[in-house]
Amino acid sequence: MKSRHKKMALIVGALALVGVISALVLNALNSNIALYISPTDVAQGKAPQDKLFRIGGLVKEASIQRQADGVTIRFIVTDTEHDIVVDYVGILPDLFVEGKGAVAQGRLLPDGTFKAQEVLAKHDENYMPPEAAKALNDAHERGVQKAAAQGQPAATAPQPASN
Amino acid sequence: MNDRFNLYRFASPATFYPLAGKMIPWFVALAVLFGIAGLYIGMLVAPTDFQQGEGYRIIFIHVPTSWLSMFIYLVMAFWAAIGLAFNTRLSGMMARALAPTGALMAFLSLWTGALWGKPMWGTWWVWDARLTSELILLFLYIGYLALVAAIDDPRRADKAGGILLLVGVVNVPIIYFSVKWWNTLHQGSSVNFAKSSMAEVMLWGMLLMALSFWMYSIAVALARVRTLMLERERNTDWVRAELTRTGEMQ
Repeated sequence: MKSRHKKMALIVGALALVGVISALVLNALNSNIALYISPTDVAQGKAPQDKLFRIGGLVKEASIQRQADGVTIRFIVTDTEHDIVVDYVGILPDLFVEGKGAVAQGRLLPDGTFKAQEVLAKHDENYMPPEAAKALNDAHERGVQKAAAQGQPAATAPQPASN
Repeated sequence: MNDRFNLYRFASPATFYPLAGKMIPWFVALAVLFGIAGLYIGMLVAPTDFQQGEGYRIIFIHVPTSWLSMFIYLVMAFWAAIGLAFNTRLSGMMARALAPTGALMAFLSLWTGALWGKPMWGTWWVWDARLTSELILLFLYIGYLALVAAIDDPRRADKAGGILLLVGVVNVPIIYFSVKWWNTLHQGSSVNFAKSSMAEVMLWGMLLMALSFWMYSIAVALARVRTLMLERERNTDWVRAELTRTGEMQ
């Protein structure tokens, strides 16, 4: 074995070792690396007690209620299995809309509602002009109507893949 | 030395120096061409986004710089591995020549991301896996530059820097896959080989801008490596001949 081949093997071996160590560490830290947990996690009791944490999911359709003052807001975050009612006082980002992703930081109250201190919009990976979005939406609505006319359960809306 | 085409010939600074000098204007021209085409498509032709309005146009800088910040690091790690294994003179210089550009790309990626994040997400910064690992990449670049600058002997500096580069390479797949592996605020990848979730003209603008940034990076890295060669080989005959030829030294 030539010395440069030996060195090459040493480098590859060391790299593999570093990779395995990192994988193990990251795996151990998995729950700390996740920015938010889902409403299902909360329902399963994975939410930390008396500590700030973040929940994430889709803002449920037709769930945003605004008080007269304009900054007191109540909405529902859902992962389509479980829902959490979120109360928030403050300004919402522009991309915060019903049916899209959002991440809220705050505490879980004893009554099961989530008191948020900060609400962020989670953008999805779809980039398209308004006409294309409208065409997609119209096509979806036609599909829903058609399904309803045939007496079948309406197809669920195409959700952005939230990870 | 036999006469057939030999790749090792280009590993010699004396051969590579004039070759790099000849290539630089071509890469500069390509960078300008792709840049003009990319900016034209990105700023004038591409439609407004249905949700983000005009603000989405930051991707024409953000995505190419992010790609390059990761790719340049991989190239540097490749040169570091070659340098450590074969003890070649040029590889350490190549890694060093690329480092400032890589750091610049990582910084631009974070900066444009923050500018976009404030109006879209509602925050400049959040400690999610994607943003944090990209910040670590910037620190790796800065750490590498500081390390090689702190050691006087260039060959020893290259060895120490090379080991740092190789250890840090584990961060690159973490950045890339972070949005798949963990819950992050950062969205998933819009560009896929199978199907991209992005209007075609937007995608073209982004790819042209990416090509432009590539060509720019190659051009500045070549210019930098030429300077490094002159500096390190200043006592050799070829540098003396080169400087006499260009009139820098009588």
